[in-house]
Order: sequence, then C-alpha cells, then structure tokens
Amino acid sequence: MATKLLDVQDVLPPPIPAPAGVRRRSHLAQLESEAIFIMREVAAQFERPVLLFSGGKDSIVLVRLARKAFWPGKSPFPLLHVDTGHNFPEVIEFRDRLAAEVGADLVVRRVQDSIDRGRVVEETGPHASRNAMQTVTLLDALAELRADAAMGGARRDEEKARAKERVFSHRDRFGQWDPRNQRPELWSLYNGRKAPGEHFRVFPISNWTEMDVWQYIAAERIPLPSLYFAHRREVVDRGGVLYARSPWVPLLPGERYEEREVRFRTVGDATCTGAVESSAATLDEIIREIAGTRLTERGATRADDQRSEAAMEDRKRHGYF
Amino acid sequence: MLTTADPREPLQTDLLRFSTAGSVDDGKSTLIGRLLYDTKSIFQDQMDALEAASRRRGEEGVNLALLTDGLRAEREQNITIDVAYRYFAAPRRKFIIADTPGHVQYTRNMVTGASTAELAVVLVDARKGVLTQSRRHGFISTLLQIPHVVVAVNKMDLVDYDERVYRGIVAEYREFAEKLDVQNLTFIPISALDGDNVVTKSGRMPWYHGGTLLHHLENVNVGGSRNLVDFRFPVQYVIRPHQDFRGFAGRVASGTVAPGEEVVVLPTGRSARVRSVETADGPLAEAVAGDSVVLTLDDEVDVGRGDMIVRRMNLPRVSNRFEAIVCWMAEQPLCPSAPYVLMHTSRQVKAFVSRIVYRIDVDTLHRDEVGSFGLNDIGRVEITTVAPVFFDAYAQNQATGSFILVDPFTNVTVAAGMIRGEIRTAEEVFGREEPAGRAVSPGAVWQEWNVSRERREERLGHAAAVLWFTGLSGSGKSTLARELEERLFGAGCRTMLLDGDQLRHGLCGDLGFGAADRQENVRRAGEVARLFFEQGSLVLCTFVSPFREDRERVRALIPEGRFYEVFVDCDLDTCRRRDPKGLYGKAARGEIVHFTGISSPYEAPEEPEITARTDAHTVEEMVEAILRRLREDGIVS
Ligand SMILES: Nc1nc2c(ncn2[C@@H]2O[C@H](COP(=O)(O)OP(=O)(O)O)[C@@H](O)[C@H]2O)c(=O)[nH]1
Repeated sequence: MATKLLDVQDVLPPPIPAPAGVRRRSHLAQLESEAIFIMREVAAQFERPVLLFSGGKDSIVLVRLARKAFWPGKSPFPLLHVDTGHNFPEVIEFRDRLAAEVGADLVVRRVQDSIDRGRVVEETGPHASRNAMQTVTLLDALAELRADAAMGGARRDEEKARAKERVFSHRDRFGQWDPRNQRPELWSLYNGRKAPGEHFRVFPISNWTEMDVWQYIAAERIPLPSLYFAHRREVVDRGGVLYARSPWVPLLPGERYEEREVRFRTVGDATCTGAVESSAATLDEIIREIAGTRLTERGATRADDQRSEAAMEDRKRHGYF
Repeated sequence: MLTTADPREPLQTDLLRFSTAGSVDDGKSTLIGRLLYDTKSIFQDQMDALEAASRRRGEEGVNLALLTDGLRAEREQNITIDVAYRYFAAPRRKFIIADTPGHVQYTRNMVTGASTAELAVVLVDARKGVLTQSRRHGFISTLLQIPHVVVAVNKMDLVDYDERVYRGIVAEYREFAEKLDVQNLTFIPISALDGDNVVTKSGRMPWYHGGTLLHHLENVNVGGSRNLVDFRFPVQYVIRPHQDFRGFAGRVASGTVAPGEEVVVLPTGRSARVRSVETADGPLAEAVAGDSVVLTLDDEVDVGRGDMIVRRMNLPRVSNRFEAIVCWMAEQPLCPSAPYVLMHTSRQVKAFVSRIVYRIDVDTLHRDEVGSFGLNDIGRVEITTVAPVFFDAYAQNQATGSFILVDPFTNVTVAAGMIRGEIRTAEEVFGREEPAGRAVSPGAVWQEWNVSRERREERLGHAAAVLWFTGLSGSGKSTLARELEERLFGAGCRTMLLDGDQLRHGLCGDLGFGAADRQENVRRAGEVARLFFEQGSLVLCTFVSPFREDRERVRALIPEGRFYEVFVDCDLDTCRRRDPKGLYGKAARGEIVHFTGISSPYEAPEEPEITARTDAHTVEEMVEAILRRLREDGIVS
C-alpha cells in the first residue's frame, strides 16, 4: 500500500448522517445512487469499458464511485490517462498513488507519442496548447485497448453544449458525436447497444453541479491533489487568467512572473488551465468560496473555451472528452 | 450553484426534477433564465457572454432567454430543439430542469423530459389563453404520471395584470384538466420578463394570494407518489470478489427491503431470505426505492442480471403479452411484424408489436384507428415478447412499468412505453396452472398476418366478429345461427358457420366426450374461429360449450368488442321435447354418459352479450334483434 494520501480528516466536520426514518434521501445520496447505477450498467452492458482519468477532482470522484459501486469487489474499469506532457508533477504523482491504492490498472498514453509518430502536428506560438491534440491520442488509445465505453467526469452544468448530452453518449466509428441525432434517453433505461467499431462515452455524474462535487468530496473526505488548495506559486497574469510558471508557458514580451496565493479549480493541461487567487486552504473554505463565487469553473480558468462561443461544441463533435 | 443555501448543511438538501415545455415565444427560456438569474445561479462570465450576445443581436438589455439555448443549430434557428438539462439551487432544494420544446414535432422530447420529472411547469401566454401546446404538455404530463402540474400564466404585464384574464385562463385549463385526471394542479400568474412571482412576490398583482413559483417548487410535497410498497429489485450485476461473497448489485426500483425478509427470485421462483443489505459504507437496516445497494441471500440460489428479486407475497405480473401506451420516437415508422429489442428494468428481450389498438391525437385526445405509428405518434398497442417479463402497471410503478423499444439493426431507441397491464387470458382469469398466453410450439415465432384484418375488412365493407352460440342440446342454436347466416350472407357479408358436429368430423375426429377432450374440442373450435375472424368473416359458432371457463378462453382470443357470446336459452323440458337428434332419449336410457343437462352440468353465461329465449320468441324476431345489435355496434351497416 502506498503512502497515505492527503489527509483531510482534521479540516472537516464529520459527515451529517441522514436522519433515521427519512425515506427521501438527501440530494447527494440520490446523485450517488444514480451514478453507481450508471456505472453498474456500464460494467454489465459493455465488454471493455475504461475510466478516463485526468487527475482532476471529477475523475477522482469517479474513481471513488466506481469503488463503491462494486464493493466489496474491485472496480472492473482500468484507468486511462491521456497525458499531454504538460501536466503538473503533483497531479502525475497523485495519479500514480491513487491507482496503486485502489489496485486499478493504469494505462497512460502520451500526446508526445502521437506527435512523434506524426499523427498530429504540434501547435506553435504563445497560445500553443496540446488540448485539441488529446483527441487523437485518446481515440488511438481507445482503438488500441478496443474499449467499447469510456467513462468521463463531464457534467451538464459545465457548458451549454453539454446540457443536452446523454448519459450514454453514442460515438460513431470515427469517435464523433452527432448532437442532432442523439438517442432519446428515458427513465433510467440506458441503451448501450452499438455496432462493431462504435463506442460510447458515459457520464455518470452528468447531473452533478460543481457544488455537488465539492460537497461530495467533503462528505466522503476524498483526498485531492494539493493544487486544489491555496498555496503560493509563481504565476503570470495573461488576460486575467493566471498561468503557473512552467517550461510550456514561455513569457511574452513585457510579462513577468509574480508569486501569488492561488489555487486551481480544474487541473488540466498547464498551458490552458489557469489558477485563481484564493486563500481557501481547506475543503470547507473552498465550498464557501464557491458558494460565493461569480465565475463558472470553466469560464474562470479554461482558455480553450473562450476561443469562440461554440468552441466546446466543435471540439465535442470531433470526439473530445 | 448553492449561493443562497448554507453550504455547511449540504446533506439536508432535497432534489426535485421538473419539466418545462413551451412553444416558441411562450417565454419558457426567459422563465428559466429568470429562475437561474434570481437564484444567483448565473455566474459573472456567463452573464458577460450573455450581455455580449445580446448586444451582437442588437437587443437592448440582457436577453435571459439566450442563457438556456444550447446547440449551434438552435442558436441559428432561434429555437430549442432537444431536451436540455439545467441546474439551480435554492436553500431547501436543488433542482434539475428537463427543458423541452413544445411543438408537436417535439412530442418525443417532451415525453423524454417528462419521464424523470416529479413536477411539470406548463406555460400559458396570458394574451393567448390555453393553446394547443399547453394542452399537449398537460396531456403528456398526465400520460407520464407526473404527480404535480403547475400552470404558469406568463406575460401578465401584457394584460395589465388583469385578474379577470387570469381567472379566465384558470377556468379554461381546469375544464381541460378534468378530462385528464391531474392529481395536483396549481396556477401562478407571472411575468418572466420582469420577474413578477417567479422568485420574488409581485406587488402588481395584489389579488393573487398564493406563493411565487420558486416558493412552490421548494415547498411542494413530492415523494408521496413514490411506490414504497411493492418491493422490486432488478439485478444489474453480480459481485463475486471471492468464494465467500456473492452479492447482487442493483437499485431498489420500488418498495423497501431489510435483512431477514423472505424473497423469491424471478423467473426461477426460487426462494431465499435476505442475509444483508450491503453498501460500501456499511450494511443497512433497510434500503428504500432509489437506493443502489448489494443484496446477499442466505441460500445459494442462481441469480444473474435481468432477474428480479421480489417478496413472496407481493409478486409483479409475469407475462409475455401486455398492453402499453407507446410514444414512437424514430423517423422509421412502427412495423407491426418487425422484431424489436425491449429494454425493461435490467432485462432485454425480443418483442413484437402484436397489435395496434389506436392512436391518440395529442391535441384533440381523439382515438384514431391506424395501421402504423410514425415519429411522435402516441397510442395504445399490444406487445408480445419471446420470453416473459416481470412488470407492474406504470400507474402503480414507474420503474417496472416503463420500457423502451430498440431497433435491433440500427440500435436506435425507437419507442418509449408505459405498460397498462397484461392482456388477460382465460388462464389468468380463472387461475389455471398453465403458461400465460396461448399454446405455442417450441421455437415458433409469431409473425403478423401478411394482409391485415383491417385491410380485409375495408374491402369487405363490414367488420369481422365471432358470434358464439352456447346452450343446451336442442335449445335451437343451429336453427338460429343458420337463419342468421342466411340473412348476413344475403346482405353481401362474408360469413362462416362452424358447428360441433362438423368439427368432430376431421379436425376434432380424435377427440371423445370426456371433460379434457371437450375442453380441447372447444379450444380448437376457438382457434379455427379466430382464423376465419382474421380473414374478415362474421363467424357463427354453435357449440354446447357447457363450461364458462372454456368459453372465456375463446373470448380471450378475440379483440374486445368483436366477440358476442349468444346465450341460447330454453328450458330443459322444451329441449327434451324437441330432442332433434334423439339424444335426450339415449341419455335417459343411460346410453350416453356425461350428457349436458342430464348427467353433466351446464354453466349458463353470466354476462352474455346477447340472450335469445327460443321458448319465448320466434326465430325471425331473434334474428332481427341480433342484426339490430350488430348494426348498432357498427359491425355491419
Ligand atoms: N412582456 C413580456 N414578455 C415576455 C415575458 N416572458 C417572455 N417574454 C418575451 O417573449 C419572447 C419569447 O420569449 P422566450 O423566452 O424566448 O420564449 P421561448 O421560445 O418559449 O423560449 C421574448 O421576446 C421575451 O422577451 C413576459 O413575462 N412578459
């Protein structure tokens, strides 16, 4: 067993037990039951499902839910991480420890390998990002693993285009999503039937909001990478987005690094994931901060969505997460 | 986000799912935008994007409606086209909105949105009154059994907040709703644009004393409609980490379960006791509807995905034929002879739509006879599955009463269905120990008739029907039936007359007169009648058929309204006197055993469609009476 992950025991009050005799469960319990139900459907309906693991809080929550869904057995899903090569070292370290702790197979596929093999051409310039290239690496990895379902931690509250995505989202042979032609999804009957070569993306926490995720992390005392908590770090302020100092974010003329107290609300690729100024060092403080915040998590820190109003929709059509 | 809630007590918050539907310009998007905005669920960056988009479109102020339109196509066409899910929170509840368009071409989207909703918000434009789309949404909400309906009378600002306009709409909608059996109906006058009575109480409508829309959403007592009585546990997955643990993972579909309870597993019928109700957080003393748990049993019973664990004294229906209301969701029309995959709880079985009963016009609520369903059609059908399914009526139990049909070739979901109940066969009515449905040879798969009865009837110019004449030997069944057939045939109808003696030459020549053989004789007669019926004929059958049970079995083969049990009633003495075949004489001499009326009972029909008293009326009078009845029922003209 690896070293104990970040201990949040002392920063949290004990979870509030559901009052005895109450037959309607709390919203978190309802969301958890739904997510577990969906994961069990995935395990039953597909042959080689994988769990897309980014190291971010949403996929960490998925790992927890998968553990609960199949307890006392082991989760049947290998973890697939598409590594842009621009990840924060803390996240990579956390990923490896978590996979070891839950005993899951961890498969890492690198965007760098796709570049080396000529599958994609690297963007250049100050705003260069490997975010879009992940799609190719991901689709190649799914084909290599012959995965017929890939679970992700996307939520419908994140972005307009996602509001209409199904829980079981069908992808054609080229990994593409057709928003005009989605299967109707009724009650809790999830249709995972498909032709050979096609696959599904499945989103067990579709109905969760960012707040639900944080509340669940707090209630379940789920350890997170330290990036999520306030810490001092050298950042560069670029158009209101704070980028962490890293070899992949070269300074532009006139820019300089400064040390600030920041935390990350999502922990994607370092070239397009910004930090926010914050002093929230515990889950409790983070929840309070989010409750009062006036920016959605993607809007605050994801440079890739700001490229155009329909940015997300375009990427999704091509098989993005 | 949970801006107004106390984040320290997240676990006390409840979750309510509701649906909205509206047509272009009812103000639905504005209303949702308003709910999100006034509960502070819109963030600064969304707000900035909204302002920018509003400006680009040359609108003054922010257009809250832009907040909730999703895909590019909709942005271009300015309409909402799919089900979109939206989230907001108030102190006591979190909400999931299933937001759907209201036009008739999006009926399927409304059905989808309604399928998970516990409450429906029906929008009415105060200037326009109760239009078709509001009725349609109301109808679909009732069809999907949404227990609470809120009618939001919007754009009150455009009618000067006039109470009379509001009252008029309330009265109009109530009248419509009476036809629908809506459980809880609430009306709220609002202005989505200005926010009156949405989240904050309006000062401009002092005559309205009710709460705001949000107040209602937060306080309405939901959950009363959940089924906490009938325990149903469809098994999703078997968890077997090692030799000593075998657990059945699933979500309690309805009812509750606790350790120690006696259960049975369907379809095997094996019984066991619940040893424990497990979760990763520890065992539970009780699990209730909606909980995802793992059950362990005290016995090594064989259980797999698709099985259902239930209580011994509270079983669901088990049948391979049932009636349902379906909504057709695919461009490809329903094909009555095509195989579909029926997905129901955790089970998938092959199925056919064995009969289309009628289509419902969602706007007028009229029933139309049709041969197929196209996209967005809703109607009543009979479904036959190749293996039995375990279900309850949707009205009692949504989780075990709902299903989808999937095209096995394209894998697309083509229909959503709500089970009304099983098709009752005589076996079920009389509790005989026989498999449900008719006898089927092993491996035989039902195919619909090549030319449908409806088409045949159309050509013949009259409907098909079966008239089953029952009565004592000598009561006058044959005389009456022969005369009636002459009249019908003379009028140009296609007819056929089957009588006992004919069938006993040939088809039933292997049968005697013992109880079992008599039963089989009637069964074959019924099946033959059914074949002629499907061929469009008016089939007249004269059989003593003394046992109610056997007659009911025949009745079950023929659609309702097309089977006439004709009780040919005549007192025994008159029959004996007539004795056309000399049988009473033989029976009296003991030459015939089991002779009906003498040494074997005759069970008179309890509720025959027609009674003919041959000892009181002439044949002519009785024939006229029967013809009149057939005309009244629209069988012949
Ligand atoms: N005066 C007035 N206009 C409204 C109200 N609600 C919506 N509208 C307007 O009605 C039009 C259609 O609204 P929208 O929300 O886009 O309707 P949808 O098509 O049902 O989503 C827009 O111009 C709105 O500004 C209201 O309460 N009062």
